[in-house]
Amino acid sequence: MTQLALVIDLNVCVGCHACVTSCKEWNTSGAAGPLCDENPYGADPTGTFFNRVQTFEVGQYPSTDTVHFPKSCLHCEDPPCVPVCPTGASYKRKQDGIVLVDYDKCIGCKYCTWACPYGAREIDEQQKVMKKCTLCVDRIYDTSLAEIDRKPSCVKACPTSARLFGDIHDPESEVSKAIRENGGYALMPEWGTHPANHYLPRRKTHLKIHKDELERADNPLKVDGQLPKPGKNEPTLDDVTSW
Amino acid sequence: MNPAFSVIFLTTLIGIGQGLFLALFTQQSYALFDLLPHQDARFYGWGSLLALLFTTAGLVASFFHLGRPERAWRSAAQWRTSWLSREVIVLPAFMGILFLYGASHLIGLDPVLLTLPSGLGINATVILGGIATILAFALFVSTGMIYACLRFLQEWHSPLTVINFTLLGGASGFTLATLYATMVAPTQTGFLGGWAIIITLLGLLGRSSSLWRNARLRPKSTLQTAIGIKHPRIVQTAQGAMGGSFSTREFFHGKSEAFLGRMKASFLLLAFALPLLLLASNLSYPSALLLCVAFVSQFAGLLAERWYFFAEAKHPQNLYYQGMS
Repeated sequence: MTQLALVIDLNVCVGCHACVTSCKEWNTSGAAGPLCDENPYGADPTGTFFNRVQTFEVGQYPSTDTVHFPKSCLHCEDPPCVPVCPTGASYKRKQDGIVLVDYDKCIGCKYCTWACPYGAREIDEQQKVMKKCTLCVDRIYDTSLAEIDRKPSCVKACPTSARLFGDIHDPESEVSKAIRENGGYALMPEWGTHPANHYLPRRKTHLKIHKDELERADNPLKVDGQLPKPGKNEPTLDDVTSW
Repeated sequence: MNPAFSVIFLTTLIGIGQGLFLALFTQQSYALFDLLPHQDARFYGWGSLLALLFTTAGLVASFFHLGRPERAWRSAAQWRTSWLSREVIVLPAFMGILFLYGASHLIGLDPVLLTLPSGLGINATVILGGIATILAFALFVSTGMIYACLRFLQEWHSPLTVINFTLLGGASGFTLATLYATMVAPTQTGFLGGWAIIITLLGLLGRSSSLWRNARLRPKSTLQTAIGIKHPRIVQTAQGAMGGSFSTREFFHGKSEAFLGRMKASFLLLAFALPLLLLASNLSYPSALLLCVAFVSQFAGLLAERWYFFAEAKHPQNLYYQGMS
Protein backbone atom coordinates (compact mmCIF):
# COMPACT_ATOMS: atom_id res chain seq x y z
CA MET A 1 0.00 0.00 0.00
CA THR A 2 1.11 3.51 -0.68
CA GLN A 3 0.83 6.42 1.71
CA LEU A 4 2.03 9.64 0.20
CA ALA A 5 3.11 12.24 2.70
CA LEU A 6 5.25 15.25 3.36
CA VAL A 7 8.20 15.27 5.71
CA ILE A 8 8.97 18.73 7.00
CA ASP A 9 12.40 19.43 8.38
CA LEU A 10 12.10 22.00 11.16
CA ASN A 11 15.87 22.11 11.29
CA VAL A 12 15.98 23.65 7.85
CA CYS A 13 12.77 25.66 7.55
CA VAL A 14 13.54 29.37 7.61
CA GLY A 15 9.91 30.52 7.69
CA CYS A 16 9.95 32.27 4.31
CA HIS A 17 6.34 31.33 3.44
CA ALA A 18 7.33 30.35 -0.09
CA CYS A 19 5.44 27.07 0.37
CA VAL A 20 2.36 29.03 1.44
CA THR A 21 2.32 31.31 -1.58
CA SER A 22 3.23 28.56 -3.99
CA CYS A 23 0.47 26.34 -2.56
CA LYS A 24 -2.05 29.14 -2.82
CA GLU A 25 -0.99 29.99 -6.37
CA TRP A 26 -1.26 26.44 -7.62
CA ASN A 27 -4.45 25.56 -5.84
CA THR A 28 -6.30 28.78 -6.58
CA SER A 29 -5.65 28.34 -10.29
CA GLY A 30 -6.80 24.76 -10.64
CA ALA A 31 -9.87 23.06 -12.02
CA ALA A 32 -11.48 23.00 -8.56
CA GLY A 33 -11.93 26.76 -8.64
CA PRO A 34 -10.31 29.51 -6.60
CA LEU A 35 -9.36 29.42 -2.94
CA CYS A 36 -11.38 32.47 -2.06
CA ASP A 37 -10.06 35.42 -0.10
CA GLU A 38 -12.11 38.02 1.70
CA ASN A 39 -11.03 41.65 2.16
CA PRO A 40 -7.63 40.90 0.62
CA TYR A 41 -6.77 44.60 0.75
CA GLY A 42 -8.89 45.52 3.77
CA ALA A 43 -8.11 45.80 7.44
CA ASP A 44 -8.88 42.16 8.19
CA PRO A 45 -7.72 40.14 5.22
CA THR A 46 -8.67 36.50 5.49
CA GLY A 47 -8.93 33.60 3.17
CA THR A 48 -8.67 29.91 2.59
CA PHE A 49 -5.23 28.38 2.75
CA PHE A 50 -4.13 24.78 2.63
CA ASN A 51 -0.83 25.49 4.24
CA ARG A 52 0.29 28.00 6.81
CA VAL A 53 3.63 28.69 8.40
CA GLN A 54 3.46 29.47 12.08
CA THR A 55 6.27 30.64 14.30
CA PHE A 56 7.01 29.64 17.85
CA GLU A 57 9.63 30.89 20.24
CA VAL A 58 11.00 28.05 22.32
CA GLY A 59 12.79 28.76 25.56
CA GLN A 60 13.55 31.81 27.66
CA TYR A 61 15.65 34.68 26.39
CA PRO A 62 18.57 34.60 25.76
CA SER A 63 18.54 30.84 25.14
CA THR A 64 15.69 30.81 22.67
CA ASP A 65 15.04 29.03 19.44
CA THR A 66 12.71 30.44 16.82
CA VAL A 67 10.95 27.54 15.22
CA HIS A 68 9.03 28.01 11.99
CA PHE A 69 6.34 25.44 11.77
CA PRO A 70 4.58 24.78 8.44
CA LYS A 71 1.16 23.25 9.05
CA SER A 72 -1.13 21.59 6.55
CA CYS A 73 -3.35 18.52 6.42
CA LEU A 74 -1.36 15.59 7.75
CA HIS A 75 -3.21 12.97 5.66
CA CYS A 76 -3.71 10.78 8.72
CA GLU A 77 -3.61 7.05 8.21
CA ASP A 78 -6.64 6.86 10.49
CA PRO A 79 -8.29 10.17 9.65
CA PRO A 80 -10.96 11.14 12.22
CA CYS A 81 -12.48 13.65 9.76
CA VAL A 82 -13.53 10.97 7.27
CA PRO A 83 -15.99 8.74 9.18
CA VAL A 84 -17.89 11.71 10.63
CA CYS A 85 -18.68 13.22 7.22
CA PRO A 86 -22.41 12.68 6.64
CA THR A 87 -22.24 12.85 2.85
CA GLY A 88 -19.09 10.91 2.08
CA ALA A 89 -17.53 14.06 0.62
CA SER A 90 -14.48 13.49 2.81
CA TYR A 91 -12.64 10.38 1.85
CA LYS A 92 -9.24 8.75 1.96
CA ARG A 93 -7.96 7.38 -1.31
CA LYS A 94 -7.02 3.70 -1.15
CA GLN A 95 -4.37 3.88 -3.85
CA ASP A 96 -2.18 6.58 -2.29
CA GLY A 97 -3.64 7.48 1.12
CA ILE A 98 -4.44 11.09 0.22
CA VAL A 99 -7.38 12.50 2.21
CA LEU A 100 -9.58 14.54 -0.12
CA VAL A 101 -12.85 16.46 -0.11
CA ASP A 102 -15.26 16.10 -3.00
CA TYR A 103 -16.31 19.74 -3.38
CA ASP A 104 -19.42 18.68 -5.32
CA LYS A 105 -20.72 16.57 -2.44
CA CYS A 106 -19.72 18.74 0.55
CA ILE A 107 -22.67 20.43 2.26
CA GLY A 108 -20.48 22.75 4.33
CA CYS A 109 -21.66 21.48 7.72
CA LYS A 110 -18.13 21.91 9.18
CA TYR A 111 -18.46 18.74 11.25
CA CYS A 112 -15.18 17.42 9.81
CA THR A 113 -13.30 20.42 11.18
CA TRP A 114 -14.65 19.65 14.64
CA ALA A 115 -13.29 16.15 14.20
CA CYS A 116 -9.81 17.26 13.14
CA PRO A 117 -7.54 17.97 16.12
CA TYR A 118 -5.02 19.78 13.91
CA GLY A 119 -7.21 22.54 12.47
CA ALA A 120 -6.12 21.49 9.01
CA ARG A 121 -9.38 22.16 7.21
CA GLU A 122 -10.73 25.57 6.30
CA ILE A 123 -14.08 26.40 4.80
CA ASP A 124 -14.18 28.44 1.63
CA GLU A 125 -16.39 31.34 2.70
CA GLN A 126 -17.50 32.02 -0.87
CA GLN A 127 -18.08 28.52 -2.19
CA LYS A 128 -19.25 27.29 1.24
CA VAL A 129 -17.48 23.97 1.01
CA MET A 130 -14.68 22.53 3.11
CA LYS A 131 -11.21 22.69 1.63
CA LYS A 132 -7.89 21.24 2.59
CA CYS A 133 -4.49 20.20 1.29
CA THR A 134 -4.76 17.76 -1.60
CA LEU A 135 -1.03 16.98 -1.73
CA CYS A 136 -1.42 18.58 -5.19
CA VAL A 137 -3.20 15.50 -6.44
CA ASP A 138 -3.80 17.37 -9.71
CA ARG A 139 -0.09 17.78 -10.16
CA ILE A 140 1.74 14.72 -8.89
CA TYR A 141 0.10 12.41 -11.46
CA ASP A 142 0.10 14.88 -14.35
CA THR A 143 2.14 13.18 -17.06
CA SER A 144 2.22 16.37 -19.12
CA LEU A 145 4.62 17.75 -16.52
CA ALA A 146 8.26 16.79 -16.47
CA GLU A 147 8.84 14.01 -13.95
CA ILE A 148 10.84 16.31 -11.69
CA ASP A 149 7.83 18.65 -11.45
CA ARG A 150 5.39 15.97 -10.35
CA LYS A 151 5.63 17.00 -6.72
CA PRO A 152 3.40 19.16 -4.54
CA SER A 153 3.98 22.81 -5.30
CA CYS A 154 5.06 23.54 -1.72
CA VAL A 155 7.84 21.00 -2.07
CA LYS A 156 8.92 22.50 -5.37
CA ALA A 157 8.92 26.00 -3.89
CA CYS A 158 10.93 25.38 -0.73
CA PRO A 159 14.27 27.13 -1.17
CA THR A 160 15.94 25.19 1.63
CA SER A 161 14.55 21.76 0.77
CA ALA A 162 12.85 21.57 4.12
CA ARG A 163 9.95 19.69 2.54
CA LEU A 164 10.30 16.16 1.29
CA PHE A 165 7.58 14.25 -0.51
CA GLY A 166 7.18 10.53 -0.99
CA ASP A 167 5.70 7.23 0.10
CA ILE A 168 6.21 6.63 3.81
CA HIS A 169 5.21 2.97 3.42
CA ASP A 170 8.17 2.28 1.16
CA PRO A 171 11.08 1.74 3.56
CA GLU A 172 13.60 2.74 0.89
CA SER A 173 11.96 6.04 -0.01
CA GLU A 174 13.64 9.35 0.73
CA VAL A 175 10.93 10.25 3.25
CA SER A 176 11.07 6.94 5.10
CA LYS A 177 14.82 7.22 5.43
CA ALA A 178 14.53 10.81 6.60
CA ILE A 179 11.99 9.84 9.27
CA ARG A 180 14.00 6.83 10.34
CA GLU A 181 17.43 8.40 10.40
CA ASN A 182 16.60 11.87 11.67
CA GLY A 183 14.08 11.24 14.42
CA GLY A 184 10.96 12.05 12.43
CA TYR A 185 7.85 12.37 14.56
CA ALA A 186 4.09 12.82 14.19
CA LEU A 187 1.96 15.58 15.73
CA MET A 188 -0.35 14.85 18.68
CA PRO A 189 0.37 11.13 18.75
CA GLU A 190 -1.96 10.85 21.78
CA TRP A 191 -5.07 10.73 19.57
CA GLY A 192 -4.03 7.72 17.51
CA THR A 193 -4.71 9.42 14.20
CA HIS A 194 -1.37 8.24 12.80
CA PRO A 195 -0.56 11.31 10.72
CA ALA A 196 1.23 10.45 7.50
CA ASN A 197 3.09 13.75 7.44
CA HIS A 198 6.07 13.76 9.73
CA TYR A 199 8.30 16.46 11.11
CA LEU A 200 12.04 16.29 11.59
CA PRO A 201 13.16 17.93 14.83
CA ARG A 202 15.65 20.69 15.37
CA ARG A 203 19.00 19.02 15.74
CA LYS A 204 22.44 20.35 16.45
CA THR A 205 25.63 18.53 15.63
CA HIS A 206 27.93 18.62 18.62
CA LEU A 207 31.62 17.65 18.31
CA LYS A 208 32.72 16.08 21.55
CA ILE A 209 36.43 16.66 22.19
CA HIS A 210 37.97 15.09 25.25
CA LYS A 211 40.65 17.03 27.06
CA ASP A 212 43.41 14.55 26.35
CA GLU A 213 42.68 14.87 22.66
CA LEU A 214 43.89 18.45 22.77
CA GLU A 215 47.43 17.26 23.47
CA ARG A 216 49.63 15.36 21.12
CA ALA A 217 50.29 12.07 22.76
CA ASP A 218 53.69 11.77 21.16
CA ASN A 219 54.89 15.16 22.36
CA PRO A 220 54.67 14.98 26.15
CA LEU A 221 57.17 17.80 26.70
CA LYS A 222 55.24 20.13 24.35
CA VAL A 223 58.38 20.90 22.39
CA ASP A 224 57.53 22.58 19.17
CA GLY A 225 59.62 21.68 16.20
CA GLN A 226 60.46 18.96 13.81
CA LEU A 227 60.98 15.56 15.24
CA PRO A 228 64.43 14.19 14.83
CA LYS A 229 64.73 12.29 11.66
CA PRO A 230 64.51 8.62 12.50
CA GLY A 231 67.42 6.44 11.71
CA LYS A 232 67.32 4.32 8.65
CA ASN A 233 66.62 1.14 10.58
CA GLU A 234 63.98 2.56 12.87
CA PRO A 235 60.27 2.41 12.15
CA THR A 236 58.87 5.64 10.66
CA LEU A 237 55.23 5.44 11.82
CA ASP A 238 56.07 7.11 15.14
CA ASP A 239 52.49 7.22 16.36
CA VAL A 240 52.16 3.54 16.09
CA THR A 241 55.50 2.23 17.00
CA SER A 242 57.47 4.62 19.19
CA TRP A 243 55.43 4.10 22.34
CA MET B 1 -15.74 26.21 20.18
CA ASN B 2 -17.67 29.15 18.86
CA PRO B 3 -21.34 28.33 19.53
CA ALA B 4 -23.42 28.24 16.35
CA PHE B 5 -26.97 29.47 16.90
CA SER B 6 -28.36 27.18 14.23
CA VAL B 7 -27.15 24.16 16.18
CA ILE B 8 -28.22 25.61 19.53
CA PHE B 9 -31.76 26.05 18.22
CA LEU B 10 -31.76 22.70 16.43
CA THR B 11 -30.80 20.70 19.50
CA THR B 12 -33.04 22.55 21.95
CA LEU B 13 -36.12 22.72 19.70
CA ILE B 14 -36.11 19.08 18.64
CA GLY B 15 -35.48 18.17 22.29
CA ILE B 16 -38.70 19.96 23.25
CA GLY B 17 -40.56 18.20 20.44
CA GLN B 18 -39.26 14.77 21.45
CA GLY B 19 -39.95 15.43 25.13
CA LEU B 20 -43.47 16.68 24.46
CA PHE B 21 -44.29 13.61 22.39
CA LEU B 22 -42.82 11.32 25.05
CA ALA B 23 -44.94 13.08 27.67
CA LEU B 24 -48.12 12.59 25.64
CA PHE B 25 -47.34 8.96 24.93
CA THR B 26 -46.42 8.31 28.55
CA GLN B 27 -49.88 9.56 29.49
CA GLN B 28 -51.45 7.39 26.79
CA SER B 29 -49.49 4.33 27.98
CA TYR B 30 -50.68 4.86 31.54
CA ALA B 31 -54.21 5.29 30.22
CA LEU B 32 -53.88 2.10 28.19
CA PHE B 33 -53.47 0.17 31.42
CA ASP B 34 -56.21 2.26 33.08
CA LEU B 35 -53.76 3.88 35.44
CA LEU B 36 -54.90 7.30 34.26
CA PRO B 37 -58.11 8.43 32.59
CA HIS B 38 -57.93 8.17 28.83
CA GLN B 39 -58.00 11.62 27.28
CA ASP B 40 -59.87 12.86 24.29
CA ALA B 41 -58.08 12.01 21.01
CA ARG B 42 -57.71 15.73 20.38
CA PHE B 43 -55.43 16.00 23.47
CA TYR B 44 -52.92 13.62 21.90
CA GLY B 45 -53.54 14.83 18.35
CA TRP B 46 -53.02 18.55 18.84
CA GLY B 47 -50.22 17.87 21.32
CA SER B 48 -48.36 15.82 18.72
CA LEU B 49 -48.84 18.52 16.14
CA LEU B 50 -47.37 21.00 18.64
CA ALA B 51 -44.40 18.64 19.06
CA LEU B 52 -44.17 18.42 15.29
CA LEU B 53 -44.07 22.20 15.14
CA PHE B 54 -41.05 22.29 17.45
CA THR B 55 -39.18 19.54 15.58
CA THR B 56 -39.91 21.28 12.29
CA ALA B 57 -38.57 24.54 13.69
CA GLY B 58 -35.46 22.65 14.78
CA LEU B 59 -35.09 21.11 11.34
CA VAL B 60 -35.40 24.54 9.72
CA ALA B 61 -32.78 25.93 12.13
CA SER B 62 -30.39 23.14 11.18
CA PHE B 63 -30.38 24.27 7.55
CA PHE B 64 -28.85 27.57 8.60
CA HIS B 65 -25.80 25.63 9.72
CA LEU B 66 -25.12 24.33 6.23
CA GLY B 67 -23.01 26.14 3.70
CA ARG B 68 -24.82 24.32 0.91
CA PRO B 69 -28.34 23.59 2.19
CA GLU B 70 -29.49 22.56 -1.29
CA ARG B 71 -27.29 19.47 -0.95
CA ALA B 72 -28.65 18.52 2.47
CA TRP B 73 -30.24 15.35 1.07
CA ARG B 74 -26.75 13.94 0.55
CA SER B 75 -26.16 13.89 4.29
CA ALA B 76 -28.15 10.67 4.73
CA ALA B 77 -25.48 8.73 2.84
CA GLN B 78 -22.93 7.81 5.50
CA TRP B 79 -25.18 6.38 8.22
CA ARG B 80 -22.76 3.48 8.65
CA THR B 81 -20.08 5.70 10.18
CA SER B 82 -21.46 9.17 10.89
CA TRP B 83 -23.75 10.04 13.79
CA LEU B 84 -24.67 13.23 11.98
CA SER B 85 -25.91 11.15 9.09
CA ARG B 86 -27.86 8.96 11.49
CA GLU B 87 -29.48 12.03 13.01
CA VAL B 88 -30.37 13.25 9.54
CA ILE B 89 -32.23 9.97 8.95
CA VAL B 90 -33.82 9.57 12.37
CA LEU B 91 -35.14 13.13 12.68
CA PRO B 92 -37.43 13.03 9.59
CA ALA B 93 -38.41 9.45 10.46
CA PHE B 94 -39.45 10.57 13.94
CA MET B 95 -41.31 13.54 12.48
CA GLY B 96 -43.10 11.32 9.99
CA ILE B 97 -44.28 8.81 12.60
CA LEU B 98 -45.14 11.66 14.96
CA PHE B 99 -47.31 13.15 12.23
CA LEU B 100 -49.04 9.80 11.64
CA TYR B 101 -49.54 9.37 15.38
CA GLY B 102 -51.12 12.80 15.73
CA ALA B 103 -53.11 12.52 12.52
CA SER B 104 -54.59 9.13 13.34
CA HIS B 105 -55.71 10.55 16.70
CA LEU B 106 -57.23 13.61 15.04
CA ILE B 107 -59.06 11.87 12.19
CA GLY B 108 -60.16 9.08 14.52
CA LEU B 109 -58.51 6.34 12.52
CA ASP B 110 -57.44 4.30 15.51
CA PRO B 111 -58.52 0.68 15.04
CA VAL B 112 -57.55 -2.05 17.47
CA LEU B 113 -54.84 -3.89 15.56
CA LEU B 114 -54.13 -6.72 17.96
CA THR B 115 -55.37 -8.01 21.26
CA LEU B 116 -53.04 -9.11 24.02
CA PRO B 117 -53.72 -12.45 25.76
CA SER B 118 -55.01 -10.42 28.71
CA GLY B 119 -57.72 -9.04 26.44
CA LEU B 120 -56.07 -5.62 26.20
CA GLY B 121 -56.61 -4.09 22.76
CA ILE B 122 -53.61 -2.45 21.16
CA ASN B 123 -54.66 0.46 18.98
CA ALA B 124 -52.88 1.75 15.89
CA THR B 125 -51.85 4.89 17.80
CA VAL B 126 -50.22 2.77 20.50
CA ILE B 127 -48.11 0.99 17.90
CA LEU B 128 -47.28 4.25 16.13
CA GLY B 129 -46.49 5.82 19.50
CA GLY B 130 -44.24 2.89 20.39
CA ILE B 131 -42.31 3.29 17.14
CA ALA B 132 -42.09 7.05 17.66
CA THR B 133 -40.80 6.49 21.20
CA ILE B 134 -37.99 4.30 19.90
CA LEU B 135 -37.22 6.91 17.26
CA ALA B 136 -37.32 9.74 19.83
CA PHE B 137 -34.71 7.98 21.94
CA ALA B 138 -32.70 7.07 18.84
CA LEU B 139 -32.76 10.75 17.96
CA PHE B 140 -31.56 11.76 21.43
CA VAL B 141 -28.73 9.25 21.14
CA SER B 142 -27.80 10.36 17.62
CA THR B 143 -27.81 14.04 18.57
CA GLY B 144 -25.77 13.42 21.69
CA MET B 145 -23.34 11.06 19.97
CA ILE B 146 -22.57 13.68 17.31
CA TYR B 147 -20.74 15.48 20.10
CA ALA B 148 -19.82 12.59 22.37
CA CYS B 149 -18.04 10.67 19.60
CA LEU B 150 -15.41 13.37 19.05
CA ARG B 151 -12.74 11.90 21.29
CA PHE B 152 -10.41 14.87 21.42
CA LEU B 153 -13.15 17.24 22.53
CA GLN B 154 -12.74 15.88 26.03
CA GLU B 155 -15.57 18.00 27.47
CA TRP B 156 -17.99 16.22 25.13
CA HIS B 157 -16.44 12.77 24.97
CA SER B 158 -18.49 11.27 27.78
CA PRO B 159 -21.74 9.31 28.19
CA LEU B 160 -22.99 12.34 30.14
CA THR B 161 -23.37 14.21 26.86
CA VAL B 162 -25.95 11.74 25.55
CA ILE B 163 -27.63 11.44 28.95
CA ASN B 164 -27.91 15.22 29.27
CA PHE B 165 -29.29 15.74 25.76
CA THR B 166 -31.95 13.15 26.62
CA LEU B 167 -32.76 14.51 30.08
CA LEU B 168 -32.78 18.17 29.11
CA GLY B 169 -34.90 17.54 26.02
CA GLY B 170 -37.24 15.43 28.13
CA ALA B 171 -37.42 18.04 30.88
CA SER B 172 -38.36 20.89 28.54
CA GLY B 173 -40.85 18.68 26.68
CA PHE B 174 -42.55 17.54 29.88
CA THR B 175 -42.71 21.14 31.13
CA LEU B 176 -44.41 22.13 27.87
CA ALA B 177 -46.71 19.12 28.21
CA THR B 178 -47.66 20.30 31.72
CA LEU B 179 -48.48 23.73 30.36
CA TYR B 180 -50.44 22.16 27.49
CA ALA B 181 -52.38 19.92 29.88
CA THR B 182 -53.19 22.84 32.17
CA MET B 183 -54.91 24.50 29.25
CA VAL B 184 -56.71 21.55 27.63
CA ALA B 185 -56.76 18.69 30.15
CA PRO B 186 -56.35 20.13 33.65
CA THR B 187 -56.76 16.72 35.30
CA GLN B 188 -53.44 15.59 33.84
CA THR B 189 -51.43 18.57 35.07
CA GLY B 190 -50.34 16.86 38.25
CA PHE B 191 -49.15 13.71 36.53
CA LEU B 192 -47.20 15.51 33.81
CA GLY B 193 -45.97 18.20 36.19
CA GLY B 194 -44.66 15.53 38.57
CA TRP B 195 -42.70 13.90 35.80
CA ALA B 196 -41.46 17.31 34.60
CA ILE B 197 -40.07 17.94 38.10
CA ILE B 198 -38.41 14.52 38.26
CA ILE B 199 -36.82 14.82 34.81
CA THR B 200 -35.71 18.41 35.44
CA LEU B 201 -34.10 17.28 38.70
CA LEU B 202 -32.36 14.41 36.90
CA GLY B 203 -31.28 16.89 34.21
CA LEU B 204 -29.83 19.15 36.90
CA LEU B 205 -27.99 16.17 38.33
CA GLY B 206 -26.65 15.14 34.92
CA ARG B 207 -25.62 18.62 33.88
CA SER B 208 -24.00 19.33 37.24
CA SER B 209 -22.06 16.08 36.91
CA SER B 210 -20.75 17.10 33.51
CA LEU B 211 -19.86 20.57 34.83
CA TRP B 212 -18.04 18.91 37.72
CA ARG B 213 -16.29 16.50 35.35
CA ASN B 214 -15.30 19.16 32.85
CA ALA B 215 -13.88 21.43 35.52
CA ARG B 216 -11.45 18.65 36.42
CA LEU B 217 -10.33 17.64 32.95
CA ARG B 218 -6.65 17.63 32.16
CA PRO B 219 -6.10 18.36 28.47
CA LYS B 220 -4.37 15.46 26.75
CA SER B 221 -2.87 17.67 24.09
CA THR B 222 -0.43 20.43 24.91
CA LEU B 223 1.55 22.82 22.77
CA GLN B 224 4.44 20.42 23.26
CA THR B 225 2.62 17.49 21.67
CA ALA B 226 1.00 19.79 19.09
CA ILE B 227 4.31 20.83 17.55
CA GLY B 228 6.43 18.04 18.96
CA ILE B 229 8.97 20.17 20.79
CA LYS B 230 9.81 19.23 24.34
CA HIS B 231 10.25 22.48 26.20
CA PRO B 232 8.14 23.84 29.04
CA ARG B 233 8.13 27.36 27.61
CA ILE B 234 6.87 27.78 24.05
CA VAL B 235 5.29 31.04 22.90
CA GLN B 236 3.59 31.46 19.58
CA THR B 237 4.68 34.53 17.66
CA ALA B 238 2.88 34.03 14.33
CA GLN B 239 -0.19 32.08 13.20
CA GLY B 240 0.38 32.29 9.48
CA ALA B 241 -2.27 34.97 9.06
CA MET B 242 -2.75 38.44 10.49
CA GLY B 243 -6.49 38.85 9.90
CA GLY B 244 -7.62 35.56 11.42
CA SER B 245 -8.74 32.48 9.60
CA PHE B 246 -11.51 29.92 9.66
CA SER B 247 -9.65 28.19 12.48
CA THR B 248 -9.78 31.30 14.65
CA ARG B 249 -13.43 32.10 13.83
CA GLU B 250 -14.90 28.61 14.27
CA PHE B 251 -13.13 27.51 17.42
CA PHE B 252 -12.88 30.61 19.61
CA HIS B 253 -15.93 32.21 21.21
CA GLY B 254 -13.97 35.29 22.16
CA LYS B 255 -15.82 35.81 25.44
CA SER B 256 -14.23 36.32 28.83
CA GLU B 257 -14.15 33.76 31.61
CA ALA B 258 -16.48 36.03 33.59
CA PHE B 259 -19.01 35.96 30.74
CA LEU B 260 -18.85 32.16 30.71
CA GLY B 261 -19.42 32.15 34.46
CA ARG B 262 -22.49 34.35 34.05
CA MET B 263 -23.83 32.07 31.32
CA LYS B 264 -23.37 29.06 33.59
CA ALA B 265 -25.14 30.76 36.49
CA SER B 266 -27.98 31.94 34.28
CA PHE B 267 -28.63 28.54 32.73
CA LEU B 268 -28.60 26.86 36.12
CA LEU B 269 -31.12 29.42 37.30
CA LEU B 270 -33.32 29.62 34.20
CA ALA B 271 -33.28 26.00 33.06
CA PHE B 272 -33.46 24.34 36.45
CA ALA B 273 -34.09 26.46 39.56
CA LEU B 274 -36.92 28.69 38.34
CA PRO B 275 -38.84 26.00 36.40
CA LEU B 276 -38.55 23.62 39.34
CA LEU B 277 -39.95 26.25 41.67
CA LEU B 278 -42.83 27.08 39.35
CA LEU B 279 -43.58 23.43 38.55
CA ALA B 280 -43.65 22.66 42.26
CA SER B 281 -45.98 25.55 43.02
CA ASN B 282 -48.16 24.41 40.12
CA LEU B 283 -48.81 21.12 41.92
CA SER B 284 -50.71 23.05 44.61
CA TYR B 285 -51.75 26.16 42.74
CA PRO B 286 -52.25 25.37 39.04
CA SER B 287 -51.65 28.40 36.91
CA ALA B 288 -51.19 28.39 33.15
CA LEU B 289 -49.45 31.74 33.33
CA LEU B 290 -46.81 30.57 35.78
CA LEU B 291 -46.27 27.39 33.74
CA CYS B 292 -45.88 29.54 30.67
CA VAL B 293 -43.17 31.46 32.52
CA ALA B 294 -41.64 28.13 33.58
CA PHE B 295 -41.49 26.84 30.02
CA VAL B 296 -40.13 30.05 28.51
CA SER B 297 -37.58 30.28 31.30
CA GLN B 298 -36.51 26.68 30.78
CA PHE B 299 -36.24 27.12 27.03
CA ALA B 300 -34.18 30.29 27.46
CA GLY B 301 -32.08 28.48 30.06
CA LEU B 302 -31.49 25.58 27.70
CA LEU B 303 -30.42 27.97 24.95
CA ALA B 304 -27.86 29.36 27.41
CA GLU B 305 -26.97 25.81 28.46
CA ARG B 306 -26.33 24.79 24.86
CA TRP B 307 -24.30 27.95 24.25
CA TYR B 308 -22.20 27.09 27.28
CA PHE B 309 -21.91 23.48 26.14
CA PHE B 310 -20.20 24.63 22.96
CA ALA B 311 -18.19 27.41 24.56
CA GLU B 312 -16.75 25.21 27.31
CA ALA B 313 -15.36 22.69 24.81
CA LYS B 314 -11.73 23.50 24.12
CA HIS B 315 -10.68 22.18 20.75
CA PRO B 316 -7.07 20.97 20.59
CA GLN B 317 -6.60 22.85 17.31
CA ASN B 318 -6.70 26.04 19.42
CA LEU B 319 -3.18 25.15 20.54
CA TYR B 320 -2.00 26.22 17.10
CA TYR B 321 -3.74 29.58 17.41
CA GLN B 322 -2.61 30.97 20.73
CA GLY B 323 -1.27 34.32 19.71
CA MET B 324 0.53 36.51 17.29
CA SER B 325 2.96 39.26 17.93
